[in-house]
Amino acid sequence: MEKSVVFNNKLLPYLLLVPQLIITVVFFYWPASQAVLQSFKREDAFGLTSEFVGLENYQSLFAQPEYYKSMLTTLIFSSLVAALSLSIALLFATQADKNLKAAGTYKTLMIWPYAVAPAVAGVLWIFMFHPSLGTLARPLRWMNFDWNPLLNGNHAMTLVVMAAVWKQISYNFLFFLAGLQSIPKSVLEAGAIDGAGPMRRFWTIVFPLLSPTTFFLLVVNVVYVFFDTFGIIDAVTGGGPAGATTTMVYKVYADGRLGGDLGGSAAQSVVLMVIVIALTAVQFKYVERKVQY
Amino acid sequence: MVEHRPLNDIIAYAILTLGVFIVAFPVYLALIASTHDAATVVGGSMPLTPGSQALENYYRAIFVGGSRTSREPVAHMLINSFISAIGIAVGKIFISILSAYAVVYFRFPFRKTAFWIIFVTLMLPVEVRIYPTYKVVADLKMLDTYAGLIMPLIASATGTLLFRQFFMTVPEELLEASRIDGAGPFRFFWDTLLPLSVTTIAALFVIQFIYGWNQYLWPLLITTQDSMQTIVTGIKKMLYTTDELAEWQLAMATAILAMLPPVAVVVFMQRLFVRGLVETEK
Repeated sequence: MEKSVVFNNKLLPYLLLVPQLIITVVFFYWPASQAVLQSFKREDAFGLTSEFVGLENYQSLFAQPEYYKSMLTTLIFSSLVAALSLSIALLFATQADKNLKAAGTYKTLMIWPYAVAPAVAGVLWIFMFHPSLGTLARPLRWMNFDWNPLLNGNHAMTLVVMAAVWKQISYNFLFFLAGLQSIPKSVLEAGAIDGAGPMRRFWTIVFPLLSPTTFFLLVVNVVYVFFDTFGIIDAVTGGGPAGATTTMVYKVYADGRLGGDLGGSAAQSVVLMVIVIALTAVQFKYVERKVQY
Repeated sequence: MVEHRPLNDIIAYAILTLGVFIVAFPVYLALIASTHDAATVVGGSMPLTPGSQALENYYRAIFVGGSRTSREPVAHMLINSFISAIGIAVGKIFISILSAYAVVYFRFPFRKTAFWIIFVTLMLPVEVRIYPTYKVVADLKMLDTYAGLIMPLIASATGTLLFRQFFMTVPEELLEASRIDGAGPFRFFWDTLLPLSVTTIAALFVIQFIYGWNQYLWPLLITTQDSMQTIVTGIKKMLYTTDELAEWQLAMATAILAMLPPVAVVVFMQRLFVRGLVETEK
């Protein structure tokens, strides 16, 4: 839909666009293109000269076992977080949707973790499960379970997943609740008249009608796990132990900052860009207008 | 609902209570930890009831800073966080309302191009291009400045899309009427469009404030001086500088302080928050 009545000024629209365009070019296009350029170059140890090396950075990147490991870690991490936070949020949302008197209050009590910074969420969870002082690590020790997320990779992953799920439930809850409330009650009543019980109605009526929301949330959650969980990982494990929680984004950070391999880090950035663009394309192609709020 | 079974309601309340408990427990624990002394917290047998050190802990965290870690007092970090979060929210609203106005209410060559140039930024969060962006900011001598904390994070299309969408729904008769009254683009914007956009602006402000406040990776990279760090980046440094000797009770007090402003925004401006969240994702 376009406006048919508009202003005719020639210069003004450009002036209005200038602030955003300058910021976009300086802080978005320039660095993004530098990342692409740098991924084909190698800098010397002092960053004084750089030479064009073609695909060498990519070749050495894909020859690194650690890179595949970080891909696998990202895959495991994002599937666990997405699956858990979506199903838990759906459970809570269906309960809150049951016309309870207190549904509004529950909504408030459920959604505020959205506002907690990922890094702060990470600090809260490492405090709870810290091997020597964590309140919830104590019962584990009494059960003679050798819990140590600082040394054991699986424990570290579990902790990071729990913190990430905890933070994401609120967001998914909000969208699921909105999705559930937009399902016409008459459809459910028709199902009930036909003799379908609550469980049957959920799986044959509610769940299919909710699928656009679910799919939309799935994409959003994967993007969330890719990028927003950086703070959680850095606060809880710092990518360790032994790289067990180093996701692809964390590796970009760690290789560039701590390792100083800017070409390799740039090549990783470019791979990530391709993944994100693909995800966004999927989102726009299949999700955009089909989601009901 | 279709059928009404009391048992069903009880199960629903039970599950929801459990949910609220899971959601609240980590924060409750942090709150408790921030009221005990260091020995109780580190000892590994902290009680689940408040201690007596709350005033001292918060006073030290806010005004003194950790003695062992010699960090900045939190008051300073809070100021930095407020400045950058408000800067991000206001900056984004400012640039995007203007560009959306240009794209919707004017016809000019390269209009579509300009829109697409802005639109593409949706695809790449700052985490992906972190080092090149760092280099640009360093070259512009903006490390350790508020401008450096703010500007790269407002280079995104969410606000522009939101305002564009809203402007499209504004009836054309309003513009026709203003033009008959002799209003130019400035007066139409100021007297008609801006007052209509107040709710959209507020919703975007709420979302962007939370987004800006919770930034971690970017402030971590570009602030080298302790005096410039934000509260969210400051907490982790409290924990990992001296490891075993970390003052957890102060870190937890800081965590509570770091959560307070954005959580208050969500709780007290829930309607705007939900609206902003839903509309920026569209």
